[in-house]
Amino acid sequence: MLAKRIIPCLDVTAGRVVKGTNFVGLRDAGDPIEIARRYDAQGADEITFLDITASSDQRDIILEVVEACAAQVFIPLTVGGGVRQVADVRRLLHAGADKVSINTAAVDRPELVREASDKVGSQCIVVAIDAKQVAPGRWEVFTHGGRKATGLDVIAWACKMAEYGAGEILLTSMDRDGTCEGFDLALTRAVSDAVPVPVIASGGVGNLGHLADGVSEGHASAVLAASIFHFGQHTVQEAKAFMKERGIPVRL
Amino acid sequence: MTNRIAVVDYGMGNLRSVAQALRHVAGEAEVVLASTPDLIETADRVVFPGQGAMRDCMAELDVRHLRQAVVDAAASKPFLGICIGLQMLFDHSEEGDAAGLGILRGQVKRFAADLKGADGLRLKVPHMGWNQVVQTKPHPLWNGIADQAFFYFVHSYHVVPDDAGIVVGQADYGHPFTAAVARDNVFAIQCHPEKSARDGLQLLRNFVGWNPVLA
Repeated sequence: MLAKRIIPCLDVTAGRVVKGTNFVGLRDAGDPIEIARRYDAQGADEITFLDITASSDQRDIILEVVEACAAQVFIPLTVGGGVRQVADVRRLLHAGADKVSINTAAVDRPELVREASDKVGSQCIVVAIDAKQVAPGRWEVFTHGGRKATGLDVIAWACKMAEYGAGEILLTSMDRDGTCEGFDLALTRAVSDAVPVPVIASGGVGNLGHLADGVSEGHASAVLAASIFHFGQHTVQEAKAFMKERGIPVRL
Repeated sequence: MTNRIAVVDYGMGNLRSVAQALRHVAGEAEVVLASTPDLIETADRVVFPGQGAMRDCMAELDVRHLRQAVVDAAASKPFLGICIGLQMLFDHSEEGDAAGLGILRGQVKRFAADLKGADGLRLKVPHMGWNQVVQTKPHPLWNGIADQAFFYFVHSYHVVPDDAGIVVGQADYGHPFTAAVARDNVFAIQCHPEKSARDGLQLLRNFVGWNPVLA
């Protein structure tokens, strides 16, 4: 049976893993390679690196991180942050990423998703969507870390991106991100049920029950979390054991 | 004795990951990316990976004049197909109505859009993530890997061999499908051993040391 995936997410800047809330109060969480190896040993199903470097002249540091990680960690590796063109996708894949996540650039120019998936295959292209609730049962796509409204409806946008060749949707609730209150389950479920491709739920995980809810209530194929793993609150193993107890298929 | 492993490089997909994982387990063996026929011809064993659309993969193989070397290798030395590298061994794929290499008889078909899982929810395509591989037949490449171990898959199409006798592994996604086939010196698998953690590395290690009896 296909297992539901647990994906630790590592926010990387200047070659270090950091974690904060809405880009403020960043705490250093350590060396990316060391952390990725630890999660691999704990049974993580994938690793996601998010490059949150603001200045473009430091962008290439992430390539070195990806290269070093791919030589030591033999599970799928997704990299996102600052991807603007097909050449960026290629560079990251060449460095050893298995999937590349596109966010703002897809909103600016949706054709980029089509071009990238045509060139490297849908399986390599993840479209990341930052969603904010604007009315009951309605969510809008935001960019720039949740600061810029786009006017796009999240569900319609997710469907369009799948049609354009996204192999997967990484769905983050801006309302929940960093709150530890759990995923926005109504959002997760609405998008998961609407698109034909897998959805990764993200934003808000504070305990293991939240991870399980993302799958069983939110219908997500995978759940992504950062803080609960980084600071020793839980291991990936504990998360999987918990989900298994809830009757969710996991790779142990 | 030399043990040079050629990873066929026709410009499609995750060659680097495959080569890196092989190097990780290769010991004394040498791993080379082979973008010319002679590197395939002189290798002791050949790995044939692939990602992307099958028609594009076949076209790239021909542009680089690698088709004959791949066909010859599959007939003469330990040969490991991965993902599209499994699918291309067959006669034909529904994906882009593409002809394959015809080394193995059978078709490549897309997962239906209306498949449902045990929970009654629609199964997503691509089939992406970790799924269990049932070892339907013993094979040296399964050595040290538990039956029903999890491997990482990402694909929308699966092979349907004419001869069920070549199937050595199955997985289930709405229905059982062929996850691995073997015949003589050829072993080919739908999932990605290079991304399947410990069990995937074990399969690659088994391949590096595999010495099938050649006809």
